[in-house]
Amino acid sequence: MNLIGLILLPLLTAVLVLLARNNAQVKLVALIGSAAQLVLAVLLLLIYRNEVASGNHAQMLFEQEYKWFPAWNINFHLGVDGISVAMILLTAFVVIAGVLVSWNISKMTKEFYFLLILLSLGAYGFFISLDLFILFFFLEIAVIPKYLLIGIWGSGKKEYSANKLALMLMGGSSLVLVGLLGLYFAIPEHSFDLLKLSKVIIPVDIQRICFPLLFVGFGVFTAIFPFHTWVPDGHSSAPTAGSMFLAGISMKLGGYGCLRVATYIMPDGAKEYATIIIVLSSIAILYGAFATMMQQDLKYINAYSSISHCGFVLLGIGMLTKTAMTGAVMQMVSHGLMTALFFAVIGMIYERTNTRQVNEMGGLLKVMPFIATLLFIVGLCSLGLPGLSGFVAEMTIFMGSWEHPDMFHRVATIVACMSIVVTAVYILRAIGQTAMGPIKEEYQNLSDAKWNEVAAAVILVTGILAIGIAPTWLNDLIRPATEIIMQKISAVK
Amino acid sequence: MPTAIYIILIPLLPLAGFLLLGLLGRKYFHQSSGIIGTLLLLVSTVLALYVAYGYFMDYGKMNGVYQKLIPFNFTWLEFSPGMSIDMGIILDPISVMMLVVVTFISLMVHIYSLEYMKGEERFPVYYSFLGLFTFSMLGLVISSNIFQMYFFWELVGVSSFLLIGFYYDKPSAVAACKKAFIVTRFADLGFLIGILVLSYYSGTLDFNTLIQRLTSPESNEFKNAVAASFLGLSAITWGVVLVFIGGAGKSAMFPLHIWLPDAMEGPTPVSALIHAATMVVAGVFLVARLFPVFAISAPQALNLVGYVGAVSAFIAAIIACTQTDIKRVLAYSTMSQIGYMMFALGVSKYGGEEGLGYTASMFHLFTHAMFKALLFLGAGAVIHSVHSNEMKDMGGLRKYMPITHITFLIACLAIAGIPPFAGFFSKEEILLAAFQHNPAIYWVALLTSALTAFYMFRLYFNIFWSKASSLQKVELEAHNTHGEGGFLMMMPLILLAFGAAVAGFIPFGRFISSDGTSLESRFHLQFSIAPVVLSLIGTFTALAFYKNKNSKPDKIAASLNGLYRAAYHKFYIDELYLFITKKILFNLIGRPIAWIDKNIVDGLMNAIGNTTRFVAELIKGFQSGKVQQYAIYFLMGAIGLVALFVYVLK
Repeated sequence: MNLIGLILLPLLTAVLVLLARNNAQVKLVALIGSAAQLVLAVLLLLIYRNEVASGNHAQMLFEQEYKWFPAWNINFHLGVDGISVAMILLTAFVVIAGVLVSWNISKMTKEFYFLLILLSLGAYGFFISLDLFILFFFLEIAVIPKYLLIGIWGSGKKEYSANKLALMLMGGSSLVLVGLLGLYFAIPEHSFDLLKLSKVIIPVDIQRICFPLLFVGFGVFTAIFPFHTWVPDGHSSAPTAGSMFLAGISMKLGGYGCLRVATYIMPDGAKEYATIIIVLSSIAILYGAFATMMQQDLKYINAYSSISHCGFVLLGIGMLTKTAMTGAVMQMVSHGLMTALFFAVIGMIYERTNTRQVNEMGGLLKVMPFIATLLFIVGLCSLGLPGLSGFVAEMTIFMGSWEHPDMFHRVATIVACMSIVVTAVYILRAIGQTAMGPIKEEYQNLSDAKWNEVAAAVILVTGILAIGIAPTWLNDLIRPATEIIMQKISAVK
Repeated sequence: MPTAIYIILIPLLPLAGFLLLGLLGRKYFHQSSGIIGTLLLLVSTVLALYVAYGYFMDYGKMNGVYQKLIPFNFTWLEFSPGMSIDMGIILDPISVMMLVVVTFISLMVHIYSLEYMKGEERFPVYYSFLGLFTFSMLGLVISSNIFQMYFFWELVGVSSFLLIGFYYDKPSAVAACKKAFIVTRFADLGFLIGILVLSYYSGTLDFNTLIQRLTSPESNEFKNAVAASFLGLSAITWGVVLVFIGGAGKSAMFPLHIWLPDAMEGPTPVSALIHAATMVVAGVFLVARLFPVFAISAPQALNLVGYVGAVSAFIAAIIACTQTDIKRVLAYSTMSQIGYMMFALGVSKYGGEEGLGYTASMFHLFTHAMFKALLFLGAGAVIHSVHSNEMKDMGGLRKYMPITHITFLIACLAIAGIPPFAGFFSKEEILLAAFQHNPAIYWVALLTSALTAFYMFRLYFNIFWSKASSLQKVELEAHNTHGEGGFLMMMPLILLAFGAAVAGFIPFGRFISSDGTSLESRFHLQFSIAPVVLSLIGTFTALAFYKNKNSKPDKIAASLNGLYRAAYHKFYIDELYLFITKKILFNLIGRPIAWIDKNIVDGLMNAIGNTTRFVAELIKGFQSGKVQQYAIYFLMGAIGLVALFVYVLK
C-alpha cells in the first residue's frame, strides 16, 4: 500500500474544495473526500493485518523514503506500525463525522471545509512520518488551521481563546523543535530519522535535557498538567467540528509524539522522568475530574473531562509497562471517538436550544430521543461502561499499572481508579440535568436529529462499539508496536 | 454435557430483545414489544430449566461431587500471557440455580408488566431495558472470569440505573437513579481494586485457577500473597475485602444501602425483579463465588462479611418497622433479608457439615427471590388500584382484591418464617448455622426474625385489613369495576405464591453445598421452637396494633420518641452522605479546584503570555497580539537555544 495516498487524498480534496463553484459542491466534495479517507483507512487496516498475518514482522510496514533536503539529511520517510494505523483510523472516523455535522454551516463554507481537510492532511502526515522533521512539519500544519477555525467560526470570547490556544500549542511546538534539534545534533551523522535515532544510544546527558523538552512539548497538545488551560477555552469557543478535531485528533498528536518520539528514542530519559510523568498525570486525572464536576457549560464539561481522560494516556505511557502503554494508545483512540461524539452531540443540542448551560435544559429525552440517547451512550462511554471503548482502554491501563509492585505506582493507580467514581458523578449530573427531568415549555417543539447528524453519530458509535465489544483486533494491532518500544526501555539498566 | 449453544442462548435471547426493541421498537413494535420480549424470555426460561435439569440430574455430578464445568470460553482481551479477560460460561450448582431464578423471576415480571405497564408511552423502551438487565444479570451469574463478572456487574448497574430512571421526567426518579448508580459505583471501585490485587497475586483472572491458586498452601502464588501483608493483613484478605465492598454496594449492605430505598422510584415490577430478587443478591453471589478463598485463606474477611450482614439485617428491620411507604418497607425488608444471606455465608466454613451456612444462604436466596418478588408484585397491584404508595391511603382491601390478598398473605407468612412456607426452612438453616458458629450473630438474627414478622404483618394488616376511610371506599368501589388486575397480573402472583409455599421442601443441601458434595439437611424440631415462637409474637403484635385502626401504635411510637424518630429518619445516614458529598466533595474539593484552575493555573499561563507581550513591547515597540509575531519570537528563541546547545555540547 502506498502511504503517500493518505497525504494526496486530503490534498486533492482540499484543492477541489477550493475549486468548487458553490456551497453544495463544496460540501459534496468534502463529504466524498472524507468518505474516501475512511475507506482508505479501513483498507490500510485490512492490508496491514493481512501483511502481519502473512508473516511480515518488520517494525514499520509500507516504508518509503525520498531525499528531501540532502544538505541537512532530511528525508521524506514514511511508514506505519500498529499504533499509527490505529491513529489513522481514528482520524478518518473523526474527519467524516466532523464534515457531516458541519453541514449547516453558512459562513464562508468553502474556507471552513478547506481548513477541516487541511487539518486532516496534517494529522495523516504526522502519523505516517518516520522523519522527525517532516513529522514536525505536519504537526504545524495541524495547528494553524485551528487558530482560524476558532477565530472565525467560533463563539464567545473567541479571539482570546484562539490566541491562547495558538500560543500555547506554538509554545509546545517550539519545545518540540528544540528537542528535535538537540537529537539531531546528538548523533554523529546528524539525522532526524526516527528509526536511525532509535538504533543508536543517545547519550544520557542529552536525553536528560531533550526528553523533558519533547515530552512536555508534545504534552501541551495532550493537556499535560499544568499546561492544560488552553483546553477549556479553546474547546468552548471552537465551532462543533473544530472542537471535535481538536479533542479527537489534535490532542492525540501529542500523545502519539510523547510515545513515539520522546519515550521511544530516549528510554533513559523516560525512566528518569517516569515518576514526574506519573505524578502529573495522576493529578490531571483526578483534578480534571473534580474540576469537571463544577462546570455548568456542556463544552466545559467535556473539555475538563478530556483533561482527565488524556491524563490516562500520559499515565499509561509513564507506567512504562507493555500493557499500560497499549492501554494508553487504546485510550487515545477511544477518547478520540468518544469526545468527538460528545462535542457533536453538544453541537446538536446547542443548535436547537441555543444554550449549553446544563441548568437551563431538562427533559430533552422527550423531544429529541435520538440525540439524548447519544448523550447517554457517550456519557456512559466516558464513565467506562463495559461494552463501550472507554472501559477497554481504562482497564488495560489499570492492569498494566498494577504490574508495578511498589507503593508509589500502586497509589498512583488507585488515584486513577478513583476517577471512575468522580466521572460517574459529573456525567450523571450532566445527563440528569439535560436529558432527564421535566421539560421546559420553550423546548417542547424541538426536532430530533437530521440525516447528517444521524450519519455522523452512527459512524462514531460504530467505532466506539467496535472497540468496546470486540477489543481483540485493536489489542493485536497495537501490542507488537508497544512491545518494540518496551524492548528498548527494558534494555535500560 | 449439553451443546454450549443452548446455554449461550439463555443470555443472548434477552440481549436480542434489547437490541430489537431498543432500535426498532418505537417505530415498528409499539404494541407487540411486550409480547416479543416475553416470548424471548420464555424460551430462555425453558432453556435454563433444561440446563438445570441436565446439570443437577445428569452430567453435573461426578463421583458424588458437583463439578465446575466450562462448556464455553474465549479470550476477549489479553493483557499478558495467562492474564486475560475471558468470556466464558461456568456451570456449577450456584450458577445453574441463578440461571433458573433470574429467568423465572424475569419471566414473571415480563408477563406482569404486559398489563401493569400497558398504555405507557415508552412501552418498547421498558421491555428493551428489561431485556438488557436480564442479559447482564445472566451474564454475571455464568461468568467464568472475575473481570467478566465485573463487566456484567457494571452492565447490571447501568440497567438498574436506566430502569430506576424510567420515569425520567420525575425529578425524584432522576435523583434516585443517579444516587443508585453513584453509590454502587463507589463500591465498585473497591471491587475493581480488589480484582487488581487478587489478579496480581494469583497471576490469573480465571475464577477456577484463581481460587485454586489462592487456596492451596503449596502454591507459590499463595505463599507470595500471604507473605505480602499490609497493615497486618495478608494480600488475599485485602483483595477479598475490597471485592466484598463491591458486593456490599450492590447488595445494599450497611453503610452502602442508602440507594436501595430510593430506587423504589422505578416502576414496581422493576423493583420486584432488580431490587428484590436478582440484582441485589449479586453481592451475595459474588461472595459465594469466591467462597473458598474467603473461607480458607481470608477468615478475617469472612468474619467481616458475617458482621456486616448481621448489622444490616438488624438495622434494616428496625427501619422497616417505621416506614409508611409500602415499597420502602419492602426495600428495607429486602436489605434485611440479604443481610441474612450475607451473615449465613459469614458464619460458614468450607466443606462438609461445617459448610451449612453456605447452603443455607443460597437456599434463602432462592426462597427469598420467590416471596419477595411476590410481595413487590402484590404491592404493585395494590398501588395500581389505589394510586398511592402510602399506607394511610390503604386499608380493607381484602374484599376488593382477593387474589392479591391471599398471595400477599402467603408471602408474608413465608418471609416471617412460619412453617411450612418456604422462608421457614431457609431461615431455619441460617439460624442453625449461626447458632453453631457465632452465637452473637445468632441472637441478633433471632431478634431480627421477630421484627421481620412484625413489620411484614404491620404492612399486611394496614393494606388489607384496618379500615378504609369512607372517601377511599367510594373510590375503591368505583375502581372495582375493573377488578384487581387481569389474568396477566394475577398469574405471576399465583405462580410465585405457589413457589413461596412449597419451595422450602426442596432438599437444597443435596444440590448446593460449599464443596459440591451432598449435604443432607436435618430437621431440628426443638431448635425451631424459638424462632417460630418469636415470629408468632411479632405477628400477633402486629395484629393487635394494626388489624383495626387504633391509637396503640402512635402511643408506642411516642414512648420511644428518640429511637422512633431516628429509625423513621433512617438513622440519618442519608443526611451524613449528603453532608459528605455536598459539603466535602463539592465545596471542599470541587469548588476550590475549579477556582484554582481558573485563577491560579490559568492565571499563571496568562501571566506568561502577558510577560512575553510586555517584554516584546519593551524591546521592539511592536503592536502585539499578532500570532505570527509570537511564532517568530518562539522560533527565534528556539534557534537561540539550539545555538546554546550546540556550544554547550561541544
